[in-house]
Amino acid sequence: MKIIILGAGQVGGTLAANLASEDKDITVVDLDAGRLKDLQSKLDISTTQGMGCHPNVLKQAGAEDADMLIAVTNSDEINMVACQVAYTMFRTPKKIARVRSSNYTNLKDSLFKSEAFPIDDVISPEKAVTNHVKRLLQYPDALQVLDFADKKVQLVAVKTRKGGLLVGHELKDIREHMPNIDTRVAAIFRKDSPIIPQGDTIIQEDDEVFFIAARSHIRDVMSEMRELEGSYKRVTIAGGGNIGERLAKDIEDMYRVRLIERNYDRCEYLSNTLHKTIVLHGDASNQELLLEENIEETDVFCALTNEDEANIMSCLLAKRLGARKVMALINNPAYVDLVQGGAIDVAISPQNSTIGSVLSKIRRGDVVNAHSLRRGAAEAIEAIAHGDKRSSKVVGRAIEDIKLPEGTTIGAIVRDDEVIIAHHDTVIEQNDHVILFLVDKRKVPEVERLFQPSFMFF
Amino acid sequence: MHLVLTSRILGILLMIFSLAMLPPILVAWIYGDGGMQAFTIAFGINVIAGFFLWFPARRYRKELSVRDGFLVTLMFWLVLALFGSFPLMLSEQPGLSFTDAFFESLSGLTTTGATVITGLDTLPHAILFYRQQLQWLGGMGIIVLAVAILPMLGIGGMQLYRAETPGPMKDSKLTPRITETAKALWYIYLSLTVACAFGYWIAGMSGFDAICHSFATVAIGGFSTHDASIGYFDSQAIELICVFFMVISAINFSLHFVSWRRNTLFYYWKDPETRFFLAILIAAILVTGITLAASQALPESEAWRRAIFEVVSVATTTGFGVDDFSTWPTYLPFLLFSMAFIGGCAGSTGGGMKVIRILLVIKQGLREIRRLLHPSAVIPIKIGRKPVPDRVIEAVWGFFSVYIITFIGLQILLLMTGLDMVTAWSAVGACMNNLGPGLGAVAANYGEINDMAKWILSAAMLLGRLEVFTVLVLFIPDFWER
Repeated sequence: MKIIILGAGQVGGTLAANLASEDKDITVVDLDAGRLKDLQSKLDISTTQGMGCHPNVLKQAGAEDADMLIAVTNSDEINMVACQVAYTMFRTPKKIARVRSSNYTNLKDSLFKSEAFPIDDVISPEKAVTNHVKRLLQYPDALQVLDFADKKVQLVAVKTRKGGLLVGHELKDIREHMPNIDTRVAAIFRKDSPIIPQGDTIIQEDDEVFFIAARSHIRDVMSEMRELEGSYKRVTIAGGGNIGERLAKDIEDMYRVRLIERNYDRCEYLSNTLHKTIVLHGDASNQELLLEENIEETDVFCALTNEDEANIMSCLLAKRLGARKVMALINNPAYVDLVQGGAIDVAISPQNSTIGSVLSKIRRGDVVNAHSLRRGAAEAIEAIAHGDKRSSKVVGRAIEDIKLPEGTTIGAIVRDDEVIIAHHDTVIEQNDHVILFLVDKRKVPEVERLFQPSFMFF
Repeated sequence: MHLVLTSRILGILLMIFSLAMLPPILVAWIYGDGGMQAFTIAFGINVIAGFFLWFPARRYRKELSVRDGFLVTLMFWLVLALFGSFPLMLSEQPGLSFTDAFFESLSGLTTTGATVITGLDTLPHAILFYRQQLQWLGGMGIIVLAVAILPMLGIGGMQLYRAETPGPMKDSKLTPRITETAKALWYIYLSLTVACAFGYWIAGMSGFDAICHSFATVAIGGFSTHDASIGYFDSQAIELICVFFMVISAINFSLHFVSWRRNTLFYYWKDPETRFFLAILIAAILVTGITLAASQALPESEAWRRAIFEVVSVATTTGFGVDDFSTWPTYLPFLLFSMAFIGGCAGSTGGGMKVIRILLVIKQGLREIRRLLHPSAVIPIKIGRKPVPDRVIEAVWGFFSVYIITFIGLQILLLMTGLDMVTAWSAVGACMNNLGPGLGAVAANYGEINDMAKWILSAAMLLGRLEVFTVLVLFIPDFWER
């Protein structure tokens, strides 16, 4: 598969790295030759220097036989025009663009179609990150919460702690604890190595457990894994950039939000557009400011500036001053492992969120949803089972009979509007949405093949 | 500064104003109870005076500057009040002195409704009609002044209604040209008056009373053709119609315009000023009603009826009465009177400091409190989710303090003339807020107080009506420099 990525910034770079590791042919286009050189020295990709929306540059990048164009430059307009050019000049089959401004995205349906701007999928990394943080606020105990099948089913990552009813017990005991609630533990990571859960697996403290359950059951299951925290009320956000603004706007009706921003003009803008949030002018690493604003009463402190180091330091400070939970936005993957689980409770990795939204578009036809987990090492996939018993390797078979690649579990099935938590004897029917968990993402192609109906029998 | 230009404009104005003498002449002819001669003479004086102001300057054509705007605005009320007082002096009944006639005339034109006349019921119809008509004309002037001119001059934060208008009136200049705007507003004003008069007539007033009272209602004036004011009719239907039109007239006329243009009531609900105005009206009615009913001075239904009427009448600064609220129990006279300081909405015929300014002052106060809690916070003041520029807030604060200082100054002057404390306080309040009746010696009318006090109160009416700054700016030497 040949993919052209426009923009070698944060998002473009991460996408390139992720996709290159999946044996895709990647060409990255950017104006900045230095950045391209950096990328090329790390990754097995080709690069083209130039303006991403110019036809000759696209041609040079190989647009004529590209399968996909991913436009993630900083400018909405360049991204949109690039898609238009690719469509008109090169008939590129799939075009994905990052569009930030709500002025465009609000008119998504009328604007992004082949007569206007032929964009197949619009992605917004800020929105993805905002949703991620929002979900974390909603479920205080989770490390990550992912939606499947129109939010009917959720996959939750949680760190086990003392006080969880199941900690120190075998996995199958969960049925005795909660006879009415169906859940499936998809994977357990203990000291960063995966364990495929069996009925007799004993849950230990500090395990990272991924489980799947219907949305309404999430809290109950979580209480099996750890003592639940109370819900959050007071949220302090450090950094009023795109992400900070968006998050504050989204949550200001539900929480009491404070937003700290360094730039005074930006503060004025924010205070005019946000209605309940208290906008504070100052530095998030200023101890006096934090104390003045009762940091010790804060439930969650989110550092969302675009400087990793500043985020980490202000989080450490906030934690020491008494904030209940601190989250830091961290771009550099090397830092994520360094700080998560230490003094910083949650490291939010924007790449994970962004890549998740692109992944499902890259996966073969029957995969409708894909989420990157654990910094891209693992993956959760929602695939539709097509075909019938003869043409498909999954339809009409019980789960225990399906030849799943190693390290892959089926967590749940959504049939019409019904959520079925998978058991070994559950039989998959036609058009079921199957939610799978892959401990190792290198197995993705195998899963894709599994869900592709074969036509050999015809 | 173009004094010649000003004189030309005033000349034209006076000649037009002289036409206002014709309807009373017609009334005098119909009823045949006197006043015909007085109005005929006054008509002559006005036309001649107007002609001599206009004639020498008739060829002088230049654009009005903002400075001229202040002078013309002030002179408009001053000159008209002066020439408008002639019929009141010339007529045998009431046969007022110059001071009294000027006071009455200005009170009418500023829609204050403070009167020096007792025994209204026995006056010639022409005089009664003329007083009401003065209020009606004054109200019309105020609408144009408030919606079109004050925002242009940018007085006391009213530029808020020019460019940065929040809420529905994005293009607050309703139509591109002032004359067009004025015409549109005049239609609304006229339709309201006709509707109001018709309502009164249906509810049982005589045709003459219905027209006269509709003039005073829509102008938020408060003059009546009877000493007992609206109470004379003792009709609940009339009171409710009156309350309805007082509230309507105290709402921003730009809102009426937009709602009428777009054919929806939605804008009233969306406008923060209107909502706040209605909220305080309802709160005041509840408090007053409960207190009145609990005091058992009146039967309960009667207590509520009077509470509704008096609160609306005083809070909108109309000044109609069905009862003497100055004799109501304990704190009620003071409470009601304080409502008049808030007054009507900006861009209405109501007086007072205007609801929007009070709203902004309250919000500013809350902002200071929040700043104490969050010293580093950047807190904008918003009206209807739109931020209000700090420049406007400053202007409103300036207005607020100058208003209070002027108030205190005038009250001290009144005390010097020998009035008692309550009378002096309420008289300044009633005149500056363009309310009308006060407390103490001026609860019913202003006939008893001394002449000096009447002149001071005339100044108060003018200051209040012209939003203080328009008058004060003329006392700054810079203003007169070329």
